[in-house]
Amino acid sequence: MNKTKIKIALPKGRLLGDTAALLSRAGWGLDGYDEQTRFYHIESKTISQLSGRVFHEKDIPIQVAIGNYDLGICGSDWIEELLAKYPSSALMKVEDLKYGEGALYAASAVGKATVEALRARRETIRIASEYPNLAEFFAINARLKHFSVFPLWGGAEVYPPESADLALVGGTTEDFPPYGLMPISQVLSISAFLIANRESWKAKELNKMIAPIEQALMPEKAATPLKREKRQATKNRYAASEKDVVRLALPDGHQQAPTQKLLEKAGIRLDDYPSRKGNRRPKINLDSVSVKVIRPQDMPPQVANDNFDLAITGRDWLTEHLCQFPSSPVKELADLKLGRVKVVAVVSLELDINDIRDLSESEQALPIRVASEYINIADRYARDNRLNRYRLIPTWGASEAFLPEDADLLIENTQTGRTLAQHNLKIIDTLFESTACLIGSNRQAASPDKKERMESVTQTLRRAAEEIS
Amino acid sequence: MKIQRSKGTRDLSPQDMVSFRLIESAFRDCCLKWGYQEVRTPTLEYLHLFTATGTLTPSMLSKVYSFLDWDGWSGERVVLRPDGTIPISRLYIDSMAKEKLAKLFYVANIFMFEATGKKSRERWQGGAELIGAKPPLADIELVMLALEVLRELKIEDIELRLSHAGLIKTLLARLALSAEEQVGMFDRILDGDTKALEKLKLKRPELEKTIDSLLALKGKPSGFSKELQKIFAEDLPECKPYIENCTRIAEFLEAMGYDYRIDIASGRGFEYYTGMIFQIFKDEEKIGGGGRYDALIPLMGGKDVPASGFALYLERLMALIKPKALSTPQPPRILVRAEVAMAREGFDIAGRLHKAGYRAECYLGAQKEADFDWTVDIKEKSPKFIVTNQSKKKFEAQTADELLALLKK
Repeated sequence: MNKTKIKIALPKGRLLGDTAALLSRAGWGLDGYDEQTRFYHIESKTISQLSGRVFHEKDIPIQVAIGNYDLGICGSDWIEELLAKYPSSALMKVEDLKYGEGALYAASAVGKATVEALRARRETIRIASEYPNLAEFFAINARLKHFSVFPLWGGAEVYPPESADLALVGGTTEDFPPYGLMPISQVLSISAFLIANRESWKAKELNKMIAPIEQALMPEKAATPLKREKRQATKNRYAASEKDVVRLALPDGHQQAPTQKLLEKAGIRLDDYPSRKGNRRPKINLDSVSVKVIRPQDMPPQVANDNFDLAITGRDWLTEHLCQFPSSPVKELADLKLGRVKVVAVVSLELDINDIRDLSESEQALPIRVASEYINIADRYARDNRLNRYRLIPTWGASEAFLPEDADLLIENTQTGRTLAQHNLKIIDTLFESTACLIGSNRQAASPDKKERMESVTQTLRRAAEEIS
Repeated sequence: MKIQRSKGTRDLSPQDMVSFRLIESAFRDCCLKWGYQEVRTPTLEYLHLFTATGTLTPSMLSKVYSFLDWDGWSGERVVLRPDGTIPISRLYIDSMAKEKLAKLFYVANIFMFEATGKKSRERWQGGAELIGAKPPLADIELVMLALEVLRELKIEDIELRLSHAGLIKTLLARLALSAEEQVGMFDRILDGDTKALEKLKLKRPELEKTIDSLLALKGKPSGFSKELQKIFAEDLPECKPYIENCTRIAEFLEAMGYDYRIDIASGRGFEYYTGMIFQIFKDEEKIGGGGRYDALIPLMGGKDVPASGFALYLERLMALIKPKALSTPQPPRILVRAEVAMAREGFDIAGRLHKAGYRAECYLGAQKEADFDWTVDIKEKSPKFIVTNQSKKKFEAQTADELLALLKK
């Protein structure tokens, strides 16, 4: 029996249930990998050489391609996103697992566009997506003449028509299309796939290993056709065409509660924020101000591109944007003093490294793997500290679990440092402190009225922040 | 840690550069003699320059090196130049649009991803573009220019293949394919799928005879025009102007004693071509090609200006030339070896020798006498200069003037 260790990257989120069931049918004994899982590392009870780790789906193709993991299971959308840009990577698709089915669509606002009409257009076509590589692939194959891709962290469906002409959005047959969107072209169909690292596949004879999975696959289900009901164009409250309207972006996710508290303190009320129904266009009690709820990570580029005038995000994401694009017109207008975190450089306690100089001076046989959600901050930090040869690994959450196996250095935010300590990690450097802030751009406001309104919102929020702190 | 060369790139060694410069100067000389002016465009261009015309195939565009620049927050991507002609057209529209005739040439590197990394991802080409001139004279001039360069480089037994983008497109138009299919089929021909046209026969049996005759036209230089006319007069009368155009060019080339053959189905790498296409092969390897691209400049937002051009692939030519046979005689090479106290004098003498037309360098501790025509030793004591030739014969001189006079003899 081959005793080589075999590592598999397992998805959390929408594919977790079906994946856990499949692996259990196949007798892989990965106990603890289930809906209640609190662990990131899982050892197999039945196959001694096998272990797994749970990742955000989006991380899995990268982890397998760079060889941190031999096998992985994730949606084909994330596999194709990697292969669209890196066709010669060491990633190979092994088996269509035939669950988690859906499709990725290029969609516009209802009644707004067709592929033919877009092909004829000479002006820039803005495409917003969590899948920037596939978005470029789509644009090139549709022979669009002039396009820009906005990479997003999420919420692409809320961008058309004001903030983008097209969104590349994934969906299952039941929930697609999101309200107000119409698919104009299917980019690819999605299902869960078993993937492998090409070198491991050969060296470790993985084909023998996966035979039980192939046997445990469920019989094929008949595909449900996509509903293509006609929809009325929604009358958006968000009226970007009026040049005096101030367009404000508010954060989704866990920043909603503190933001809502701040707004309340400032006397600003919203009808549905945070929204239980996932409403991303709440109404606000300020005249000529419109609101959209998007990911805080996506706000700086959106403000830079004049899709929003004001946005509440974190200084970490503003810094990340400015590290990538130093000439961007985005700037901080007010420190809102909420959600104070430190952005820190972190290594494993197991390493004899106490300071970033120890790492840059250490003799490395392999490139130093730098993992971070803040890929441009991490890049600049590695460069400024003269790390000899390094490789960036983008991550999407739970980055602390990457060390020590899957990365050597982590650039991460932390409030108290407790989570980091629990993972046997130590902070070797603090890059900067981050709080929530209001951002805007250097661009001239479209009218004196609008300028005044923006200044008033800024003042109100600044005062409320002072009072709370 | 081993420092490595980036995958898919190559270094040009001193020997390689000798070959490279020989080709470059032959190309430059020929272009200048024909009245072309040299230009250089930036390595970085916006991606949309190459997508805007809608003519490059998706498979070609998916291999460009595109990325977000430091000020790319608008999502506007830049690329490492993947093509030579489109930037020249942009330059023409940008700053030369008032000129009725622009004859431009360039030597530039172009970048295209190649998955195995075995072939180079950076390639050099010498190209000439003739903007504002109509067929057939302009096309013939370009063919002659390209062949003249190859003759200067003493590359013999080359093969000239002609095709016509209009013919290929008309044929596809007649096949009652959907617009999408037509684009796809043309793309496949452009991507080098020579079987694409053959497969079409199965779809439209009634055109089988035409397609067969077209494909069979390969390698039949004489009588080409009559045969073509016969085929198309019956089946595809709308091809008449293209055939007349082809015929005139072919007749011209024939009259001037150039060998060529027709190869309608091969159009690899000619995305934006609208008229005559020519390709140059040596031992079944393509070493250059070009053609007419009348629609490109208007598609890029310029005026309706006819244009054609070609490029020669420098790396391929480098493998074909014999540098020794091409080099012009070089002036004698002299090693100047000065005693420590005379070091300044050594550099002065080297400078005077350069002015007198010699190649001269100071001794740095490692040069071998055998590599030089003469060695000049400079001493503190008389005789100040001792000249040694390759057969070890020694001559003496007291002053720099005497030394120069001695070398002249």
